[in-house]
Amino acid sequence: MNRRLLLLVPFGGVLVAGAGFLAMLERAQEGKFDPREVPSMLIGKPVPRFTLPGDPGFASTDLVGRPVLVNWFASWCVPCAEEAAVLMDLKRAGVPIWGIAYKDKPADTAKFLARYGSPYARLGRDEPGRVAIDWGVTGVPETYLIDAQGVVRWRFVGPMTPDTVSAELQPILRKYA
Amino acid sequence: MSRALLLALLLVLGAVPAAHAIGDPNEALPDPRQEARAVEIGKQLRCLVCQNESIEDSGADLARDLRHIVRQQVAAGRSDTEIINWLVARYGNFVRLRPPFEASTLLLWGSPVLALAVGGAAVVIARGRRPPPPPPLDAAEQARLKALLDT
Repeated sequence: MNRRLLLLVPFGGVLVAGAGFLAMLERAQEGKFDPREVPSMLIGKPVPRFTLPGDPGFASTDLVGRPVLVNWFASWCVPCAEEAAVLMDLKRAGVPIWGIAYKDKPADTAKFLARYGSPYARLGRDEPGRVAIDWGVTGVPETYLIDAQGVVRWRFVGPMTPDTVSAELQPILRKYA
Repeated sequence: MSRALLLALLLVLGAVPAAHAIGDPNEALPDPRQEARAVEIGKQLRCLVCQNESIEDSGADLARDLRHIVRQQVAAGRSDTEIINWLVARYGNFVRLRPPFEASTLLLWGSPVLALAVGGAAVVIARGRRPPPPPPLDAAEQARLKALLDT
């Protein structure tokens, strides 16, 4: 092999790796890539069986019939307060949202909802956090779209923003409406 | 920071026993053998909140819940594989600190072999390029060498 060509090999390697990292950074900036994201195992699978108490609580069987957005939240969660306005907008737009209060005392949840408004048509409580583990919830807020057949179609980790809603949620809502 | 201070700090940090299991005796199983198994399993599972700690080392709420579930299942007589698979079904392979060998992790597990192959190839190429050894000295050269050495 030509000696000069051989010298180009490491240079080319660095160039390719650099281009790869640049693409990764750009996707991360656009919010399309998050190396810390834990992928959901539930996508395309029926929602795990559960029954939760609440006002009124609900069970996995209640989720069948129409697409529902299920939002995991807690009064002690700061990003949840940030997300509240986005959820209220979705409620006004006619999207059914059911809430599950994660590791939260009922009185604290009530105070939180009185302060920020309740976007939830139904409210379940998972005080021990056991149902959350079956869902693969890693923290709050987390939002899931369950289709009319009770199958999980979409999951979002962290507070949804108006951008998330228009770029991700609305297309998927249209698809499963 | 002065060198002495740094050394002192290192000594102090070194003296702290490795943080482990958050030290709540109420969490542990009564049977020490079962508890040891639960710790072994827990060490292989990632805390989903802090991500770079195992559930045995993490103080997060979710990690405590998962430690509890691992202990329940150990006490119920489930195998290590069954318990880990139960968690993988919920959180994916991400929950395993030691990823399994499969198509998507081929590069990860294959990289030592790959590095060895690249290094080996480099050695072989470098050897091939070495100039041939010089021809042996002829009679005149040998005589000159001898004369030089004898002086």
